[in-house]
Amino acid sequence: MKTRSARRTRRMVQVAGAGAAALLALSACSSSSDSSSSPKSDSSSSSSSSAEKLSGTVTVFAAASLKESFTTLGQEFEKQHPGTKVTFNFGGSDTLAASITGGAPADVFAAASPKTMAIVTDKQDAAGTPATFVRNQLEIATLPGNPDKVASLKDLTKSGLKVVLCDKTVPCGAAAQKALEASNLKLTPVSYEQDVKSALTKVELKEADAAVVYKTDVKAAGDKVEGVEFPESAKAVNDYPIVLLKDAPNAEAAKAFIALVQSAEGSKVLTEAGFLQP
Amino acid sequence: MTGADTSRAAADTLTGGPRSGRVRRPGVPLPLMLPALVGLAFLLLPLVALLARAPWRTLPDQLTSTAVWQALQLSLVSATAATAVSLVLGVPLAWLLARTEFPGRGLVRALVTLPLVLPPVVGGVALLLALGRNGIVGQWLDAWFGITLPFTTAGVVVAEAFVAMPFLVISVEGTLRAADPRYEEAATTLGASRFTAFRRVTLPLIAPGVAAGSVLAWARALGEFGATITFAGNFPGRTQTMPLAVYLALQNDPAAAIALSLVLLAVSITVLAGLRDRWMTAS
Repeated sequence: MKTRSARRTRRMVQVAGAGAAALLALSACSSSSDSSSSPKSDSSSSSSSSAEKLSGTVTVFAAASLKESFTTLGQEFEKQHPGTKVTFNFGGSDTLAASITGGAPADVFAAASPKTMAIVTDKQDAAGTPATFVRNQLEIATLPGNPDKVASLKDLTKSGLKVVLCDKTVPCGAAAQKALEASNLKLTPVSYEQDVKSALTKVELKEADAAVVYKTDVKAAGDKVEGVEFPESAKAVNDYPIVLLKDAPNAEAAKAFIALVQSAEGSKVLTEAGFLQP
Repeated sequence: MTGADTSRAAADTLTGGPRSGRVRRPGVPLPLMLPALVGLAFLLLPLVALLARAPWRTLPDQLTSTAVWQALQLSLVSATAATAVSLVLGVPLAWLLARTEFPGRGLVRALVTLPLVLPPVVGGVALLLALGRNGIVGQWLDAWFGITLPFTTAGVVVAEAFVAMPFLVISVEGTLRAADPRYEEAATTLGASRFTAFRRVTLPLIAPGVAAGSVLAWARALGEFGATITFAGNFPGRTQTMPLAVYLALQNDPAAAIALSLVLLAVSITVLAGLRDRWMTAS
């Protein structure tokens, strides 16, 4: 009788275990930055002293175009504050904004446009007012060597040329639309991509002949694409706002990260990546 | 004493003895009942939430927009085409796997099922590298026939067929294995060629399995997102299927996304319910 009940208990435990494993797997899927389980910084005891030791994980949701420069800054931050860890979630600003208002645990949000930032501030999910830290200008990315001889925005409207744009809901797509409208051009792309990196990838893989992306993306892609500047891009420069989030699990370290982004050192990294100062 | 009864019953089940007699069924055990109910609720709750939060008041406006119909039409056409492709290529493949002996058959079967477990986005990237304008095969398609698949509706069909065909192959192969090969053997001894036997004997025999496989493949193709957006891109009316429209609408207009999701849900339920009575219970 004893062994039987023991066996039954074990079976129940197995069932429960399997269920728990399934739930774990699910929650791991639901948000890509669920690593905030590490100890929080003791923000309760933070009175003043900026020399206070920071710890724990800072979760930063940032526009896809910030990938290279923010990754560098994250490593710099971890070096300056041993014991901290910066995890990033890079994506389309609108997707990130939607997941923040949907309750994703994040400390910092850096968007590629004030409009996508407004989604978060309108829902009162931000602590304080967003600050513009860089600006980004559009550029045409063509195949290496520019075989189609693209020299202007107008050249993209040539028939037979496969052009990809960002979707209008994404900042880079909205900016491209603005530039096209400002110069009275009508461009029919082959695809509206969901974020700037996937637009660039289509050119890198040579599936598209050209894409309208950010200067910074062209720079980050190295010699896999060739950049073509166009004057109309001045009419559609994107401001990048950054803000501390209201429900930030690690507000102290998050503030320090934002300070690093806005510091001289931060702007050096960002300028090197091709961003413009505000 | 019920404990002893159940353990004896369990032992009998394990030995696989044919117990035609009526087994006294005790009530459903709690360790099974509880997770089963939780599982059921877990599967149904999101659908209930979708219905509860649906913008019923603005729904007529949302659904009569041309963008929705364009996406729905494209989804239905491309899913049906992908199912047709899967049928033409998948049924012979299933027959090959079930009825012939060749070295490495187990490996081939494993490879066929690979798209089932592969993340669809990875499938999309793989398709780009194979059939893209610069891909291994795609560059020849472009050079010889002037065919480029990415960013076209044909590309959507290719992406959907890639992820949906394994469902059909597995389903049909299973049915073929269950079907008695002696019918075919009888047909061939009576003078039919092997192909005639397949066409006149095997195919009618496995029709329910083919139908069930087609429905599965069609449903999978209808919901395809990752491979499609990666391989075929996103352009309204050409490659923007319903799942893509839902995803992009979710970013700036959640109400529209919910409306689109409801349409997709209704279509899926209608098709599954309609076909279930006719074919799926027959198998």
